[in-house]
Order: sequence, then structure tokens, then C-alpha cells
Amino acid sequence: MAKVKLTLNNETRTIDVEPCETLLDVLRDKLGMKSPKCGCDRGDCGACAVLIDGKSVRSCLIFAIECEGQHITTLEGISGDQLSILQEAFIEFNSFQCGYCAPGVIISATELLKSNPHPNLEEIKEALSGNLCRCTGYQPIFDAILKASKETKK
Amino acid sequence: MTDYRYIGKSITRIDGREKISGAAVYTDDIDFGANLLYAEIVSSTVAHALILNIDTSEAEKLEGVVKVFTGKDFPYKFGLYMKDRYIFAQDKVRFYGEQVAAVVARTPQIAKMGAELVKVEYQELPAVLDQMEALAEGATILHPDLGDYPHVPWFFPKPGTNVAHWRKTRRGDLENGFAEADHIYEETYEVPRYAHCAIETHVAIGKFDYSGRLTVWSSSQSPHTQRNLFAEALAPMGLSQKDIRVITPHVGGGFGGKAGVTMEILPAALATKLRGYAVKLRWTREQEFINTYQRLGVVAKLKLGVKKDGTITALDHKIYWDAGAYVEYGANVVNAVGLSAIGPYRIPNVSIDSVCIYTNLPPGGAYRGFGYSEMLFGLESHITTIARQIGMDEIEFRRKNAILEGDKTAYGAAMNPNGLLEAIDKVTKAIEWDKEYKSTDPNKVIGKGFSLFWKAPAMPPNASSSAFLKFNEDASINLIISGMDIGQGYQTVMAQIAAEVLGVDPSKIRVETPDTDRNPYEWQTVASHITWSSGNAVKKAAIDARDQILALVERVYHMSQDSLYLEDEAVKCHNQASFNLPLRSFVVEGIATKDGSYRGGPINGRGMFMPEFSSASGDPDTSQGGHPNVHYTVGAGALILEIDKDTGKMKVLKAAEAIDAGKALNPDLIKGQITGGLLQGLATVLYEDMRYDDKGRLLNPNFTDYKIPTAMDVPDEIIPIIIEVPQPDGPYGARGVGEHTMLPAAPMIANAVENALGIRIRSMPITAEKVAMAYKKHREQ
Ligand code: FES
Ligand code: FES
Repeated sequence: MAKVKLTLNNETRTIDVEPCETLLDVLRDKLGMKSPKCGCDRGDCGACAVLIDGKSVRSCLIFAIECEGQHITTLEGISGDQLSILQEAFIEFNSFQCGYCAPGVIISATELLKSNPHPNLEEIKEALSGNLCRCTGYQPIFDAILKASKETKK
Repeated sequence: MTDYRYIGKSITRIDGREKISGAAVYTDDIDFGANLLYAEIVSSTVAHALILNIDTSEAEKLEGVVKVFTGKDFPYKFGLYMKDRYIFAQDKVRFYGEQVAAVVARTPQIAKMGAELVKVEYQELPAVLDQMEALAEGATILHPDLGDYPHVPWFFPKPGTNVAHWRKTRRGDLENGFAEADHIYEETYEVPRYAHCAIETHVAIGKFDYSGRLTVWSSSQSPHTQRNLFAEALAPMGLSQKDIRVITPHVGGGFGGKAGVTMEILPAALATKLRGYAVKLRWTREQEFINTYQRLGVVAKLKLGVKKDGTITALDHKIYWDAGAYVEYGANVVNAVGLSAIGPYRIPNVSIDSVCIYTNLPPGGAYRGFGYSEMLFGLESHITTIARQIGMDEIEFRRKNAILEGDKTAYGAAMNPNGLLEAIDKVTKAIEWDKEYKSTDPNKVIGKGFSLFWKAPAMPPNASSSAFLKFNEDASINLIISGMDIGQGYQTVMAQIAAEVLGVDPSKIRVETPDTDRNPYEWQTVASHITWSSGNAVKKAAIDARDQILALVERVYHMSQDSLYLEDEAVKCHNQASFNLPLRSFVVEGIATKDGSYRGGPINGRGMFMPEFSSASGDPDTSQGGHPNVHYTVGAGALILEIDKDTGKMKVLKAAEAIDAGKALNPDLIKGQITGGLLQGLATVLYEDMRYDDKGRLLNPNFTDYKIPTAMDVPDEIIPIIIEVPQPDGPYGARGVGEHTMLPAAPMIANAVENALGIRIRSMPITAEKVAMAYKKHREQ
């Protein structure tokens, strides 16, 4: 066991972790954040994505012990007290069906709009290419991101 | 046209906020505290073998291992339509990956280490990995005791062979039909197995408390069916339905894969031997590929006879299904298609043989489309070719033979009202079928593909739904039902139905995921029957509540019920515009009278629905006489495909799909089914498929090697079209569409490839490589 201190959704947390524990397992089992989901446990599906220092990362691929001092944001942190413009757009377009991919998709889309507030369709597809969604055919996800980017002022 | 307030409106999903905020709870998200144990399964490493010995001693010695179980601990059978499998393999394993033993431990890591220490000794038997081999004389028999397996009365197993069920449908005079034909065309089509690939894998937790109560949390489409199958399997332990509670939180995708019971029986059974603990089992992605239901593989032999003018005179359709090691669910896929393999056509002389064959591959089961995708790949490829052969336009050919209301289905019952012709017309127009599509790139060609589709819900004749509805003080409503919102938008649409009857906005109606202790019976969320069946039950429950409200108002205010109606959360009166009694003033607390006493009380509605006209008791040799299918949903699709002549790389430039929803209760949700279902269907034809080696081992059990579509694979344009020819017995005329949207994908691609390159590919998937090779060969000839 080793102690790790990190910032999770703007709160400082200190936890004991085994060297072999992934960030995904620690977030879910020791830190109470259930939004990152396990879909493959090997970096293929993106359901486990979180932001680390603003960058989208697959939490199943990194060990918690590597996260000392880092700022981690999960979907819970994005939701906070008020949903983002992007989240409201996802609701408006019925962008998700089963919703299992949603936490990862929202993380990727949030990262995209931060670095590129007005992406075109190709850039959106590129940014989401690591997030598998089996239900929607992706189109309603694209539509919502385009709408949200329009609402973000130029 | 009736003016509806909430029906037919594209209101946003009532579960949208929950799913978008991270609040939605899925099975794996529930915490069970310190008494949670983890199970790991020891799986068979051979496809067919006798189990000689299982040595668990090393695993038992490992610190943190609580207990190790084998088949001996659970000599119980289970199954939905045919009880042909045990909870754990007993003396024999029949597919690579089958559960042989389980290690239960304090942590998942220890359980895994323990499972690796269990030693199983096998004596290998010849494995039968192909359904045609399994049918052949002298094939190894997988289930020598087939004759003793309990099954539903409409299955016809052939003991002593590998045939678990043989559905025969015969109509008219086949010989005569072919004699009348001017042209006969015969071909064979092949479809491999496919995986559902819901992003959430199967997961379930069983807890058996000290009072002898079993609770199972599971990611499932079928809470009540699970409870029933657990109760049947565990009855020898003295458990009854009332002792078993199944709780099904949000499901991260189903597609048929989470119908019935697969791995959930394992933690349920394990828990019964570990009183006081919760036992959790979650499939890894690899286990998900290897040991859950898969879509069945198919070899279909088609013979079609037509007249010069395009009239179809006869069809002989033989479909051989690779149904896997156990067919307790999959045999009904075979049955369903055996009743419907004429496709949406009027064919007077028909012979269908749909044969369910055991193989040493994982159990086949429900997969969105329930066998119709596989059947339509052959049939709709065949139709396009035969139209070309007789020099007729393929659209005209389909229009001429399209099944219409009142025409006879293959089993002799009359076809329901449907908008097939309208679908053909609208798709043809939307895709600009007559336009000359030409690529500007000399290396690329463009082809057009068309397909019709149909599908009926496949279910027992007495599959039923029920609903409870209770008013809260502020006239908000809890609608208590047991269908699963597996993403299709079930909860939203049910809220719309109740809202319409009761004049309460859908946003004021809460629909929760089911708990079999509290929610009324629902058969399963499968077969695209839930909008229709549960919708009818919800409508009846809402009407029941409305009737109670109106009777109360009549009693207290002496107003005729006929003059009263509900709107804007109030009782109003046609004859007295000033009358406006807010629901919130009385739906729980009752109406106060002059003497200070109250009338009425909490309003609770209930409703149920069963298709009482349905019957599965047709003649075993012809299938004539029963009414096994409640109705068919029909539609048409077309697409424009660009193909690179050198690499075979394909891109769908445009696709249009029209589906007859009867009544679109929520058009946007139906469009969501079209965009999602079509992409899932396109993936099955363009690149997905399960590859097995000669030992029956799956070679691609992960998303790196079994590719499912990403955001990069979306067609440039999809045009969803909704047709509305009402279903007379549907809620507001609605019928289901969930599975159908993927049905035309494969034949559309096959037909477009032929249209562009002049080559006909008769086996799925139609990968770029296959197209490039076939085209090279074609050019060389
Ligand atoms: S669970 Fe991490 S990428 Fe799939
Ligand atoms: S909504 Fe189901 S996986 Fe994306």
C-alpha cells in the first residue's frame, strides 16, 4: 500500500492504493466516483475516460499510484451544481440511449470544446473516435456537440 | 386525425438528465459493503470433453478464498424454452469457455488467482463446429439425452441427432408452384456468428440472507423471467418465486444479449451456499465474447420460382442454424424465422425448413433482429438477382409481390394492416433511386442497394405485461412497470401514454427501473413488443385511474361522467366551462364535503395486457392453423455505396430507411432507433464477425480484433422515414420498431456491391478484402 494525494473534482483526497490498482478501480471503489465505467479494461472503449490536468485519459490504463499531485475530473465534477451547455445539448438531442458510454463521451467532448470551441464535423468525429457507443449511431452525439459549440460565443 | 397532447411529440427522454449527469446507477455501481465476495469462473479449455476430475485443493488453500464450487454442488437444469443446460457443466463440457467451477474470494484478484489453481482433467471428444457437419450421418451427438429435455410444446426435437428443433412450414402446392414458374433460381447464402457488444458487460450480484431470501441485482432485459427461471432451477433448494427478488438497475445496452438468463444464474446459485454474503460476478470483455448468447450462424438454401411478369409462384427455403451447445433460448430464433421466411411477400406455394442444430460453439440466443437479419440477407439478395435475371426493375418486382393487409402469411393467418408500399415509395424517392450516381474519382464506383424487411415479435402466445400507476399529493405520478429501458426510450414513451390519458405532463411522471418485489409482471423486454404490449397495459392502468377520478367527481358533485374530462392536471367539464378541479386537490387526500368528511382517497390504477388471440398450436408438419405471431412490422431501406475498385473499401454515402411504426409515439426516439440500428446492421455486413479456430476457440474476443463502429464509420447521411399505418390493437396504433432498423443493412450492401461491380457476394461479412478479391477474379475472367 502507498499513499497518494490528488485533487478529485476540486477536492483534495488522500488514499491508500496498491501499486497494481488502476485509477478506474480506485475512483469507483475507493473514491466513490461511479461515473467512469468499465467497458473493456484494456483501453479500447473509452467508457472509463476522465480528465487529468484537462486531458482526457482512459482511467483503466493507468495506475492510481501514478496520479500523485494530479487534478482529476470525472463527470460528477463536470455536472457539479449546474449542468454544462454541452450536457444540456446532449439532453435536448436525446444523444444517448443506454447511457453507458455517456460519461466517457462527455469527457472527450468537454476536452474538445475546451481546446477547439468551434470544431467542424470531422474534428468532432476524430475527437470521439476512441469512445465506443453501440446504441446511437453517433449522429445525435455529433448534433449536440455542434449545437453546444454554436452556443459558445465566438 | 386525432389531436394529441403528448402522443406523437418528440419530448426529450425522461432519463436524459440522469444519464447525462452521471447519476444513473448501473448494476456494477452498487456498493455492497464489507460482506461482498467476488466470484471467478473456471472455464472449459476444450470445446467438447468428458470431465474426468476437478481438483480444487490448491485453490482452497489460497488465503482469501472463501469457497470453491463445481457442478456437483448444483445439479440443476435451467432454460427458457428448453431445459438443456445446467448451472455448471456436469460430466461434460460442450463449448470452449463453458463454466466448470467457481472460486469465491474476498477480492477479485484472489478469486482470479484461485481460479487459475483449479485443475480440470478432460477426456476430449470430437468437436462438431459446423452445423452441416453436425447434421451429417455419423456426427458426434452432443446431447444423447435430448429426448428427455423438457421444452415448450411448439418445439420438435429429433432425439438421437443434433437437431434440437425443426420448424416446418408448408402452404399451397410447392411442386405446382415451381411448375407454374417461368424461371427458377437457386442459391446458398451464409452468415457467421456475431456478438452484441453492449458496452456494459454482463454483471450480477446474488445475496442470500439468513432468513433464506435470495436477492439478485442484474444487468438484464428480463427481471421477471429471470426470477422465474431462478425459481425453477433452485426449486430443489426449497425456493419459490416469492423468496426470490430480482432488481434490475439501468442497463448499459442489451440488444438481446441480456434477455433470458445466461451468467446471472451463477452468482444467484453461488449465493445460496454462502448465507449472509453478497456474491458478485462481472464478465470481463473477453468472457462477454466467449460465454454469453451469440447471434446464430446460418447456411440458407433458397429456391425461388417466378413468372415472366414477376409474380412469385413458389419458395423453398431451407435454413440451417448453428445454434451452439445449448439452445434453450436460441431454438426460438429458429422457430420464429421458420414461420416467417417468406419475407414480406405474397407467396402462394411455400416450403420452409428451419433447423436448429447443436454445435460445440457457445450457445446461440436472442440478438436484435432475432434471426430475421440472417434470413433477409439471403432472401433480399435473391430477390434483387432474380428480378435482374427476368429483366424487371427490382423495385417494381418488390412492389408487385409485397404482402398487403389480408394476404396470407406463411402459416395461413391474415397479414395485419401495413404501409409496405408507402415505405417503398418514400425510400425510393428519398434516395433518388432513378438518379445516375457517378463518382468523380475514376478509381471509384457507386452502387445502389435496396431491401425490404419485416419482423414479428417472437414470444409465447401468453406473454403479457402489466402496470401500476399511483398518484402523489401534487398530482405527480409514479408509473410502476417492469419493462427495461435498454436505451430505446421505453420509460419516456410509457410516461407519454399515461400523460395522454390523464392530462398530466410527462415531466411529472416518474418511471423507475424494476424490482420484482414491487413492480407488476412483465414477460421480458425483447421482441420489440414492449411499446405495444406494455403500452397497452399502461394505457389501461391510466384509464383505470381516470375512471376512478371521474366516478368520484360524479359521486361528489352529481355531474355526469360523460361530461367530464382530464386536462392540465385538472378535471374539467364539457358543459360547464367554469368547472376546474385540480387533481392535486384530491388524488391522495380526497374531496372534502360540507360536513367536513372526505370522499375518495389515493388513486391507484392497474392494467394488464395479454394477446388473447395468439396461439402456437399450428400443425407440426405445416404450421398451419395457429396464430403464433401477433403482427409484423414492415419497412424498406436503400443506400448509395461508394467502392474503391482496387482496395474494395466501401463508404455509405447516403442511406434511407422507412419503417411502419403504426403510430410514432415519439418520432425522435424512433429516428434514434434508425440511426443506431442501421449502423449496427452495417457493421455486421462490412466488418464484424466472430472467428473460431479449428478447436472452437474464439480468435477475436476483444474490441481490437472484433471491430465495432466508431464515430469515423458513420454514413455521411441517413434519412429516417416514419410510416404510420395504425396497428388496430396497439396503444394509439403503435407497434414496435426497435430491432427492425438493422434488418435491411446486409442485403442493401450486397445488392449495392452487385449493382456497382457486377459481383454477387453470398457470404457475410462483405469486407473490403472480400470485395477486392472477388472483383479481381471477376475482371480476370
Ligand atoms: S474500460 Fe477503459 S477504455 Fe474500456
Ligand atoms: S448510449 Fe449505449 S453505448 Fe452509447
